[in-house]
Amino acid sequence: MGPLIPNGIISGNWDFVIAILLGIAFGFILEASGFSSSRNITGVFYGYNFVVLRVFFTAVIVAMVGVLYFDYFGWLDLSKIFILPTFLTPMILGGVIMGVGFILGGFCPGTSFAAIAIGKLDAVFFTIGLYGGIYLFSIAFPLFANFYDSGNLGNVTLTDITGISTSWFAMGFTVIALAAFWGTSIIEKRVRKNITEYKF
Amino acid sequence: MNNQHSISNEPKYINPYLGGVLLGLLVLITVFITGRGLGASGAIKSSVVTTAQIITPEKASANNYMNKLISDDHSPMYTWLVFESLGIFLGGLLSGVIFGRVKKFRVEHSPKITSKTRLIFALIGGALFGIGSQFGRGCTSGAALSGTATFALGGVIVMFSIFGTGYAVAYLFRKLWI
Repeated sequence: MGPLIPNGIISGNWDFVIAILLGIAFGFILEASGFSSSRNITGVFYGYNFVVLRVFFTAVIVAMVGVLYFDYFGWLDLSKIFILPTFLTPMILGGVIMGVGFILGGFCPGTSFAAIAIGKLDAVFFTIGLYGGIYLFSIAFPLFANFYDSGNLGNVTLTDITGISTSWFAMGFTVIALAAFWGTSIIEKRVRKNITEYKF
Repeated sequence: MNNQHSISNEPKYINPYLGGVLLGLLVLITVFITGRGLGASGAIKSSVVTTAQIITPEKASANNYMNKLISDDHSPMYTWLVFESLGIFLGGLLSGVIFGRVKKFRVEHSPKITSKTRLIFALIGGALFGIGSQFGRGCTSGAALSGTATFALGGVIVMFSIFGTGYAVAYLFRKLWI
């Protein structure tokens, strides 16, 4: 049955209407969870607010388990869904650059769009930065085109690489997430007690 | 009574686990309908290519990175992620209106730094995030969240690199936040 659009069950003409509706739900959840505030987001790195970890890990395990159930019931043909390709070294470097950008900027692209909507000027600057960064990358692309395409492993899943079934990974992530929820709640309490100059 | 006062001043965010369940279901529904996950940085890439096409059309079509998005029959803005990102803005606005957080433009920063410092670092951070997302084939939404949720190795790599680096450098920039 699914994915609905690639399988022609929903016509491709609805693509952009669906895009806006799914985007609205995405933006709503980000803002309502507190991701329109950069100090909420960066709290995950300093131990005073683990909302990012709670939302992100819960979302990953719900989606993972959901995908497996949809596959099990025959609702979703996993061979037809997009698997992000893996370019080993470029993606590690990209993640490292994004990690530094995260600490300096306090947002990631999706959260900055939602934060602009409620009037955060720092999110406007972050988005201008995004635009400038991607422009710079595109212009300079010939300089590192070979590196950009290096380490290509194709559209591989964790199962393709390790031979361990997806359900084990879903269970592993769930156990790690639950342990992290418990551990970080203890850290959060201690850190908040020691930071007296701000209210959280 | 004191407690009550401070609680009423706190922004009314939803429970993070509820937010996570909703976000997870949204990723699931998105994959179920479109066969792909959510994204965000791709929309900025489309606007970059569109601008380049307008101000330096020859350079844009000669650039091997940009010309992948250029086609004769439609503008680079006419893509799924641009419409979805427009939705992110509208959804954020909707939530902000409902919970009373939409106000005139302001800057949020640690009391240890000025607004100007915060804006400069937001700009630099955005630029780095933009560059990194191109090497990473997506940002936190497209690669780390949607990639990991569909068991893609690349998604997990990007997720661990972003958060691992974040923790590694957090101490150096603590003045920006705490």
